[in-house]
Amino acid sequence: MPLAELDAPAMRQANDAPVIEMDNVDKEFVLGGAFLNQTFLKALSGITLKLVRGRALALVGESGSGKSTCARMIAGAYEPTGGAIRFQGDDIAHFRGPRLQRYRSEVQMVFQDPFGSLNPTQSIGYHLERPLRLHRPDLRGREIEAEMLALLEGVGLRPAADYLKRRPHELSGGQRQRVAIARALSVRPQVLLADEPTSMLDVSVRLGILNLLEDLKQQRNLAALYITHDIATARYFAEDTAVMYAGHLVEQGPSQEITDNPRHPYTRLLIDSVPNPSRKIATAHKRRAADIPLWTRQSRGCPFVSRCPRALPICSETMPGPTPLGAGHFVRCHNL
Amino acid sequence: MSSDRAMIEVRNLTVDYIGENSVARAVNGIDFDIREGEAFGLAGESGCGKSTVAFALARLTRLPGLVSGGQVRLNGEDVLAFDKARLKAYRWNEVSFVFQSAMNALNPVIPVSEQIMDVIQTHKPELGQQGARARAVELFELVGIPPRRLDDFPHQFSGGMRQRICIAIALALNPKLIIMDEPTTALDVVVQRDIIEQIVELKSRLGFSVLFITHDLGLMIEFCDRIGVMYSGELVEVAPAESILTNPQHPYTRALGNSFPPLTGPRIRLEGIAGTPPDLRALPQGCRFASRCPHAMDQCRAQSPELRYYPQHRSEAACHLLN
Repeated sequence: MPLAELDAPAMRQANDAPVIEMDNVDKEFVLGGAFLNQTFLKALSGITLKLVRGRALALVGESGSGKSTCARMIAGAYEPTGGAIRFQGDDIAHFRGPRLQRYRSEVQMVFQDPFGSLNPTQSIGYHLERPLRLHRPDLRGREIEAEMLALLEGVGLRPAADYLKRRPHELSGGQRQRVAIARALSVRPQVLLADEPTSMLDVSVRLGILNLLEDLKQQRNLAALYITHDIATARYFAEDTAVMYAGHLVEQGPSQEITDNPRHPYTRLLIDSVPNPSRKIATAHKRRAADIPLWTRQSRGCPFVSRCPRALPICSETMPGPTPLGAGHFVRCHNL
Repeated sequence: MSSDRAMIEVRNLTVDYIGENSVARAVNGIDFDIREGEAFGLAGESGCGKSTVAFALARLTRLPGLVSGGQVRLNGEDVLAFDKARLKAYRWNEVSFVFQSAMNALNPVIPVSEQIMDVIQTHKPELGQQGARARAVELFELVGIPPRRLDDFPHQFSGGMRQRICIAIALALNPKLIIMDEPTTALDVVVQRDIIEQIVELKSRLGFSVLFITHDLGLMIEFCDRIGVMYSGELVEVAPAESILTNPQHPYTRALGNSFPPLTGPRIRLEGIAGTPPDLRALPQGCRFASRCPHAMDQCRAQSPELRYYPQHRSEAACHLLN
């Protein structure tokens, strides 16, 4: 049974149906090799998750675990190799023409690098005006400028009129990220995909961006996907957390439950690795971080087996299905 | 672990960045010691001057940066007065560095072995080719990489392994002090944990001191013995790592601590620090933190506070509220 279908709070939310649903999604990339003898990297294996309006789902995991691939697939940048991604029940693979264009405004992304995502030669006003002209035909003339000012106010850039003429280099990293968020909101999306939106920002600015995203999520009833490797900010911003390893979802549930009571050995490893001011570093236990295994079509079993302290013989054979632990908490592990 | 003897003494260190029409004082007369075998951390927001201090200690300040005053003493010798020959001996023999981007600083077209041996042979020519290679093997074992990989190229290693190689290069000549500026920031949290544990182990085995710079206060508290918090080019608090967050004396330290969402306890909204640090070219009168401080008084806007020692808290802090 797919992970999210067993999810009790998710069942409750099913009344207000998910906006985005990834249903058993696989994604393969060709790694190399000759024709008929190619190696396929399985970037995602059977990912099932839902985004619900007014809530955030955090995807956490190490680099290369497939977090960003999920976001790009929801944004329509890649097509699934298997499974389906549905927007309000419709398979997005079937979207064409005007429907596809509308979908592109319904789902918006905010990227990690606010230095790279804004055009250095154009003003802030230009960055907001273009999406408004393209996707908001209802607005004309003075209304466009009024909307631009309202957007900047909405992301805390005040006085807004001062920012319209400025260029990205005149703004700090945090201010640029606010502009990127305003641009994403300009087309009135229902879904916001935020890929490490704070990891390039200074510590004192990060909290401000997360609080802004939290306010916007509530005010605009946005469904948010928050990608991060920082499980503490995941817990802070997102109601639910899903942990990924080598393209597999290994644990999913309410964020507080995941951090307070992690059940998958990988989630435990992640949480134990987070710096904790209330302890001193112990040097006694020796473990060497290993690389995430390359997951191909031929790979079998649980991808974490090579690093797992509790691995059983069966773990090299099959990947277990999700075990429900109550309160919407699920884990995929043979040795619970 | 650390003795009370100061190995590095920084006194009234001042560093300016010279612009065309203006001078920005990035470090404004700061004082601190690094003791033998101690890990001393410098914390603060981007632009507070922590990396500028590290560069000044290593004598790496380049124009438009200029060390315009103060002293850095290594066991009593004035580092800022070293001539070229003394400087060559100082760098790497006595002080070495690991930077955030260090793992990308390895030359991609030269085997790692040559890059390690180059450092050893430059600073210890008497070891010769074979001696340098033997030392390189030792260093690889020290940081937990199989020595058979010595002749591999940088791209054949993962990011974490490359950062370990940089630590090996920093250890090559048994320095007394290693300056680590965001040594694990580009790495995943699991790899970061692994490398930090290894640095702790090497430090207790080899007895070097560390100047540790990171924006991650949690990591710094776990790793360091004492921590100095910098704001706008000045030290606002210096305190033992174990009490700096549980008993912060300066409002900025408290605000910085509240900028990190915790991993335990209830999920509550944190407010962090509103506003931005002042422009270093147009500093306000009085305390530089006053405009962002929730407790600012008239005195704070008129007169800048001095860093003073408060024995009851074992903390040095610069704040009028404490008097």
